[in-house]
Parts: sequence; structure tokens; C-alpha cells
Amino acid sequence: MRDVVIALLPAVIVSVVFYGWKELLVLGVSVASCLLLEFLVTRYFMKTKSTIGDWSAAVTGVLLALNLPSTTPWWVVFIGAVVAICVAKMTYGGLGQNVFNPALVGRVFLLVSFPTYMTHWETPKGLFGADAVSGATPLGVVKEGLLNGDSLSTIMTEHGFDYGQMLFSSIGGSAGEISALALLVGFVYLLVRKVIRPHITLSIWATVALVSLIFWLAAPERFTDPLFNLLTGGMILGSCFMATDYVTSPMSVKGGIIFGIGIGFITMMIRYFGSYPEGMSFAILIMNATVPLLNNWFHQKKYGRA
Amino acid sequence: MTTTIIWTIGIIAVLGLVLAVILYFVAEKFKVEEDPRIDEVEKVMPGANCGGCGFAGCRAFADAAVKAPNLDNNYCPVGGNEVMKKVAAILGYEIKEKAPMVAVVRCNGTCENRPKVNQYDGVSSCRVKASLYAGDTACAFGCLGCGDCVAACQFGALSMDPATGLPVVDQEKCTACGACTKACPKNIIELRPKGPRGMRMFVSCMNQDKGPAAKKACAAACIGCGICEKTCTHDAIHVVNNVAYIDFEKCKLCRECEAFCPTGAIHGVNFPKPLDKDAVKARVTERKKKAAEAAKLAAEAAKAAETAAAEVKPEENKEA
Amino acid sequence: MKNTFSIGGVHPHDGKISRECKIEVLPTPSTVYISVAQHIGAPAKPVVAVGDKVKVGQPIAEPGGFVSAFIHSSVSGTVKSIGPRKDLAGNMQTCIEIAVEGDEWAEGIDTTDTLITEIPEDNKAILDKIRLGGVVGLGGATFPTHVKLAPPPGSKCEMLIINGCECEPYLTSDFRTLLEKGEQVVIGAAIIKQVLGNVPCTIAIEENKPEAIVHINEVIAKLKAQSPKFDGISVMTMKMRYPQGGEKQLIDAVMHRQVASGGLPISVGAVVQNVATSLAVYDAVQKNKPIVDNSVTVTGECFPKQANLLVRVGTPLQYIVDYLGGIPADAVKIISGGPMMGKAIANMDAATLKGTGALLFLTEEQTKRKPESNCIRCGKCAEACPMGLEPFLLNRLAKAGMMDELEQNAVQDCIECGCCLYSCPAYIPLLDNIRIAKGQVMGIIRARAAAAKAAAEAAK
Repeated sequence: MRDVVIALLPAVIVSVVFYGWKELLVLGVSVASCLLLEFLVTRYFMKTKSTIGDWSAAVTGVLLALNLPSTTPWWVVFIGAVVAICVAKMTYGGLGQNVFNPALVGRVFLLVSFPTYMTHWETPKGLFGADAVSGATPLGVVKEGLLNGDSLSTIMTEHGFDYGQMLFSSIGGSAGEISALALLVGFVYLLVRKVIRPHITLSIWATVALVSLIFWLAAPERFTDPLFNLLTGGMILGSCFMATDYVTSPMSVKGGIIFGIGIGFITMMIRYFGSYPEGMSFAILIMNATVPLLNNWFHQKKYGRA
Repeated sequence: MTTTIIWTIGIIAVLGLVLAVILYFVAEKFKVEEDPRIDEVEKVMPGANCGGCGFAGCRAFADAAVKAPNLDNNYCPVGGNEVMKKVAAILGYEIKEKAPMVAVVRCNGTCENRPKVNQYDGVSSCRVKASLYAGDTACAFGCLGCGDCVAACQFGALSMDPATGLPVVDQEKCTACGACTKACPKNIIELRPKGPRGMRMFVSCMNQDKGPAAKKACAAACIGCGICEKTCTHDAIHVVNNVAYIDFEKCKLCRECEAFCPTGAIHGVNFPKPLDKDAVKARVTERKKKAAEAAKLAAEAAKAAETAAAEVKPEENKEA
Repeated sequence: MKNTFSIGGVHPHDGKISRECKIEVLPTPSTVYISVAQHIGAPAKPVVAVGDKVKVGQPIAEPGGFVSAFIHSSVSGTVKSIGPRKDLAGNMQTCIEIAVEGDEWAEGIDTTDTLITEIPEDNKAILDKIRLGGVVGLGGATFPTHVKLAPPPGSKCEMLIINGCECEPYLTSDFRTLLEKGEQVVIGAAIIKQVLGNVPCTIAIEENKPEAIVHINEVIAKLKAQSPKFDGISVMTMKMRYPQGGEKQLIDAVMHRQVASGGLPISVGAVVQNVATSLAVYDAVQKNKPIVDNSVTVTGECFPKQANLLVRVGTPLQYIVDYLGGIPADAVKIISGGPMMGKAIANMDAATLKGTGALLFLTEEQTKRKPESNCIRCGKCAEACPMGLEPFLLNRLAKAGMMDELEQNAVQDCIECGCCLYSCPAYIPLLDNIRIAKGQVMGIIRARAAAAKAAAEAAK
């Protein structure tokens, strides 16, 4: 799991560069709280040896921080860490036993409990630093616009959304949203080091691309196009780092592909028809619940058996 | 506002009532008819669900007991005679009281007696260790010390003694359910009768290697010398495959074998007085001497009778 | 062309540091202890008595059943005792102790180095010589070869595979045998090929042995020119992967067929023999020489004097080590065999068997087990399992004692290769727990089969 932290470093660095010391605070509080909480619970509550040496608590800390706005107060971050580690991980029995992705459970809890903090996004300063201006994420803007009755082309030109910008950041969003490139670099690192296999991620991308392609072709003014969907929101962060978490994803390749298809489909449904602008977190959590079933249904192909 | 509340309460109340009635009739219709005695028997069972009786749990035992023609094959070792009497009373059966049993660890290969000859670096489980090799001492039959028996005991009656490396049975907590005997891959633990006032004798060794090899491996090993077998007047102890074993049906707890055992492999526990080996040895030697003398006298007497009879015959011949 | 098996496998560090060591003959010790249980099947029954004088190659124990083998004296001398002796695991086995006197060989054995390329015609006579030579599979399993080469009626062999993969790290005795006794190996292969019905023969060699591949190809070309009996023998270069030399994996890699669960290789038309077995067949058939010695690799990074030794069967392990300078100070584990499937030695007074292939010395750093941690469900064990099993699941079921589910998840197919244990990042002793469950489940399967057979008999 240490490799996952290393893979997330590019994204961490980019977000600190763009959001400044506030982001560093969020990251610091998140990682430190997760490590401390896991240590305390395993040593003093469960009375076994501490499992923080596995680095998975650190990963949860980083992922949780990357999911939150840089303006989140430290005590909100801490509550998120408490929910992520103590509720989503430790109550299930600790390392390796949880059903739901802890960082996502923490994020969703905060989203539901502190909606104002969680939707207050800063626009990143950019490399050449203008003052930070608060704004909504691209998805938020789009959803709001569509609800107001604007057509997509109007929204896009009005806000000047540019794909290049999305890839290389400077569109507002959570730290994890702003730099798809940095995240992809980390993803490639994990593949090269053979830490994860690409089937889940590719399956999500393919499903998202296909679903959004169908809807976008049918009504281009109402539904965003595939590239937009692939680059915004938690798509890259979620598909590369959250959905591929060992503990909460299926064990077999077939199961993983179904898992990916489910996540992609649910995400798009929430994005297009739900009231939340972003559906990735919920989609992953819903599919996490199906993982034991997928493990039961899809086993490895055994030698010598049809 | 008030009407809303009244309507709400009313509708929910009626709904609840209707559902309750439906549930009642469904419960009655789909009720499983069971012999009520099963419930009664289950109530008097200890409720440990340990499986010591051979059934899946106390209810399964109750079920089997009610369906069986007698209680010969159904005995609850945890509840013992007390519980079985109650079960017999409910079912109107007779029971044979069984002697209370206890788990006995038949190995005295402590760290002191039985030095280690290699270091085991594997899974801390006796079953795994036994599947890999003969163990980390020179005795291939002795306790492996990983505590599978302790883990198997549901009553907390077993614990590992860190000083000796062997498991210790708490005879108050032991219910003789047999879980530890099944868990031990070397079959070292045996269920034996607790004995009168807890006194029992057993051979604390399983080593089947020849004497010199056994002794080299462990100072407290049974070397199969057979002195115990020769000493015992009750036919209770026999040496088979270089190791002695005491048949608990025949043993009379006289402790004579224990006195003569050269390695101390025979153990007597819970005796009120410590064994005075010299006194016992002297007593036995005296008894044997007397028996030998008596036998000699008897032999002489028989020989005298024979010669007397022989003398009579020639005289008869002489007369004739 | 790089061929490999289709499911799982791992790529451990090669460790072939002894590959340049030519096979040298180890001087005969003063006493040998020959076990009567050196093969799969019933132990052999001694046919000598204490005090008897024996010669090298003289039978000292005969087969104890249908699946059993002859055992021959590896030295000349006097039988000192026949009785229990501790083997390398510390368990007692019956051993015949012989005090060595001189080096007199039994009659009829050709002790010269002359290469005999003429293969006899009579297959029955060949099989008989193999049986009388006590030839058993020297790839590790020690299955009596004469039984393997006489497939049951109804089954047909379609290919002979000679296993020259030596996929276990550190071992190089098969490699050296291919280089130094390549002709004998190929002639042995041709003999086996003929007995099986003149089937095509593939000699599978891993790509980390390029010299052997070149040499064997040359040998085959040379022998083909002499006799058509060597047609149909070819070399296949295999990808370097463990367990490439596993029987089931090799059949999958070479023939692209998979042996059904519980079945034998012959059911897909394959017979697999190790190169050392092939050499033993040559010796038994062409030279009337039974198995009295075998090549043993003595290696390990901490062992100063690497060697491949030709060792007489029954040589005490300590003697071999002393000859090479003694046990190194930093060696904590000595393994008989390779690091993946070999057995740790608990008793150096034990003696070599026909199947002993290597003595591997490992340091604490290399071999001490790290503390076990929680399973993080990474699935690397399932990815690595060459039989396509799910070790994380089998481990859980084994701990819970759920026999039915274990059988459904095919625990009995486990080949105990160690790939799962090797890949687990949490250092969970997967194979240890799975082996116990496998034994229990196989016992249940056997009992069920016996009961079914008894029921069928009763029904008749």
C-alpha cells in the first residue's frame, strides 16, 4: 500500500501547488488522524498489534483529503477521518475486513452532514497565482445550469470550460478533481509496479464512455459528452484509486469487470438524472455492497475443470 | 390538525391489529409439530453446545434423546450424571451412571526433560507442525507445544504452562467433552476416569522408540523396560510397542508400578500422601520373597507327597 | 519460441549460482544407511540379513507390492544392521546399514563409460530391466517407472515429455546432467519413447539453460544420423517460470491440454519423465546398472564451495557437507530439495535417498518467516496459483474446517507448489493451512470411494 501513497504524490503535489497551505493542512490533518485513530483502535480497543504499518490508513487519509475542498475546516476533516477509520473500517474487524471503501464513506458522511463546507470549492490559483475565487465544480455548474433550463452549449461557453484546462487543472474542484494528468501518472506507476491490474479502471471508463456517448448523441444539449464525463469530478481519482482498492473490490477478473460496469453505469445515471452533480462516490459504495456476491458468483478458472 | 393526528393514529392502529391477526393465523398454520419433551429436555441441558455428546448442540442431543428407545448411547459429559438423571426423569428412561472422566495429558516432556534439537519457524499450530516433521525435539511422539488443545477447549480448562511447554488441565473446569483429544494430532490427551477422590494413575509417555533412543530424547520417557508389568498384581499395566499403558478399568491405584519405574514415567495424581518409593519397594520385595518361600515350600511338599506315593506303590507290589 | 503454462505461476529469483559446477564423484563414505521407503507405494522388503556380504548393485530389498520398487546396495561390504533410523524429518524409517569394504560391483553390470546407442527391440525385456533396476521417478515424486511406463489397458500415450526444466531455484544437477551426459539422456528418452509405442518425444528445457538446449540439439542430430529410433525427438524452449516443471503445468505448456481433476497424465495422452530418470533408464537398460547413485546439488549463497556431486544412495548428509567444508556459520536452514517445495532438514544424521536432489543452505535473512498480518484481499495468491485455485478462500475455509466447501473449491487439486505463500504480501502461511485441509478432504474422498465400492460389491 506504500506504492499507492507514492502513486498519489503527484496529485498531492499538484493540489498543494494550486491550493496552497490550506490544502496542506487538510492533508496533514487527514493523514495524521487516520493513522492515529487506527493505531489507537487496534492497540487499545482490539488489543492486537497495530496495523498502520500496512500504510492503508495513510492511503485512506490521502484519499479522503483529496476528496475534500481545500477550505474544509480541520475539525470537519477530523470527523471525516473518524467515520472513515473507526466506523467504516474498524467496526467491520479492521484491516482487510471492511466492505465499503473507508475514504468514500467518510466523504459521503461529510457531504450529507456538512453540505455547505463540502460544496464550497475554491478555484485554484493556477501556476501563476491569481487570487483564489470560490466557485462550483464543472459538474455542479452544469447541473445547476441544466436545472435552470440552459442548454449545454450555453453553459460551456459561458464558463469557458476547456478540456485542456480540465486535464491540466485550473478548473475548480476538489483537490482530487483538478489534475487528471497527475493522477494518471500515478495510475501508470501502479500498473508498472504490478500493484493493481487495469481491468476495473478500464471497465469503468468504457462504461462511462459508452453510456454518455449514447445519451449525448441522443440529446447533445441535455447530456454532457464522454470526454467531459471522463475528465471531471472524481472519475479519475475514483476509477484509478478508489475502485481498485484491494479490500473492497472483487477478487476475480470477471467480477472486477462487472464491478466496473456497475460503477460506470450508476455514476452516469446519478450525473444525468440524479439530484447530486457527482455520482462516483455513491456508485462505488453501492457496488462495494455487491462485491461479496460477485466473489461468490465469479471464481477463477481452475486447471483441468471445464 | 387534530383530525390528521386522529386519522393517523387510527389507521396505524388498525393496520397493526390486522397484521397481528394475520401473523397469528400464519404462525398457527405453519407451526412445526414437535414433541414438547424436546423443549423440556433442552431446558435441563447445560447449554454449552460443545458437541461432547457427539451431537451438534444441546437441542440436537435433546432431539436424539427423545427419539431414542433408551439413553444408552446418549450421554452428556458436561452435565454429567446430574443432568442425565433429570433427562431420564423427563423421558421415563433408566440411566447407568458413568464415572466422571477428565482429560489427561500423557506427556512429561518438559523443556528440562526433553531438550530441543532444532528451531521450528512455522505456523503455530500442532496440526501443521505434525504434518511437516517429527517436531523440534528428538521424541517424535511427544507434545508439540503449540496449543491446539488449548484453543479447542470451550470451557477454558486447558492452558499452556510456559515453564514446561506442556498443556495443563484444570480438573474442575474440564467437562470431558473430548474436544482436546480430537484436536491433538499426536493423540497425547486421553479421557480417563477422574478416579475416587480424584486419584488416578497413568503413564505419562507416548514414545514408541526403543529404550535407549527414548531415554536419549527425554529424561522422563518410558523405556519399555517392563518392570511395571512384572510388578503389577492386577494385570493393569502392559508394555506394547516399547511403551507402557495403564488400563483404567483394572488399575487399583496401588502405586507399586510408580515406585519401580526407573524414569518416573508413571504418574499418580491427587493422592493424599506423597509416594514413599522405598517403603513400597520394600513391601513388594517382601511380598515377593514370602511368595517365593511359600512356593518353595509348596513345591517341596508336593515333591514329598510324590515320593511318598511312589514308596507306597513298590510296597504294594512287594505284597503282591 | 517461448512456451509456458496458461494459469498462474511466479517468477522467483533464479539462484543458479552452481551452474558452472561440473558433476564430481563424491568418495564413498565408510557406512551407508539405505532406507527401504524411497519411492511412492509400499516400502520394499529387505532380502538380505545382518552379516551378509553385498556388492554394488546387488538387490537388497524387493518390491513390497504392485506399486513398489527394488532397492540395491550402493556399496560393497557387510550388512551391519536392519532397523529403524531417523530420517531427515525425525521420523523412524527402516534402514539397511552397510559397512563399506572396497568397491566391488555385482556381476553383469557394465561399469565402463562406453556409450551404447543400440536400443534393444524387446519392449517387455526393457520394462523388466527398468523394474529390476529399481528405477523410480527422479524428479522428486519417486514413482516406480516400470509402473508408469505400462499404462492401463484402454489408455493411449500420445507424447513423451522429458522434463529438463528444473524450475526450482538453486538446483542445477539436471542442467549439468544435460550438458555432461546428454547422449545418455537422449538414448534413455528414445528407449522410453519406444516402450510407449514410438510416440513423439519433446525434451522441455527452460530458457535459462541455453547451453543445454544447444548441446541436446546437437546430440539429437548426431544420433538421428545413426538410427531412425531417434526421429521424433525434439527440444522445446520453455519460458522461465515456476512451476514450469510441474507435471500438470508442463503438459499444459507443451501439449496445450489440461489433465482433469483427480486424473492421471495418461488420460490426456501424456507421459512425463525427468531427465535424471531418463538417464537412469539408460543405465538400467544399456548398462544393467541399477540406481546406486544420483546427482545432488550442494548450494546456497552462504555456502562457500558450491558443487554438483554424484552421491551413492544412503550417504549420510553430514558426510557430504563435511566433504565440502562443513556447515557455514550463518546458515540457519538446510533444505533437501529446492526452496519452493523442498523439506527442511531436522536431522543431519539422515542419509540420502534416490530422490535426494539438492542440499540448500539458507541464512536467517533469506528464510526467517516474517510475522503474519491480516489478509487484505489483494488476490495475488489467486493470480499466482498454477492450478487456478483461490488460496485466500481455501485458507479461510481450512481454518473454519468446512470440508464440503473445501471440496467444492477444489482443494484436492492443490499441487503444493508454494506459489501462493510466495506471493502473499501479508506473509500468511497459506500452504501450511491448505495442506492440512487437502489431506483431510482427500481422506474423505477416499473413504467415500471405498464405501461406494463396497456398496457396489454388495449390490452384485
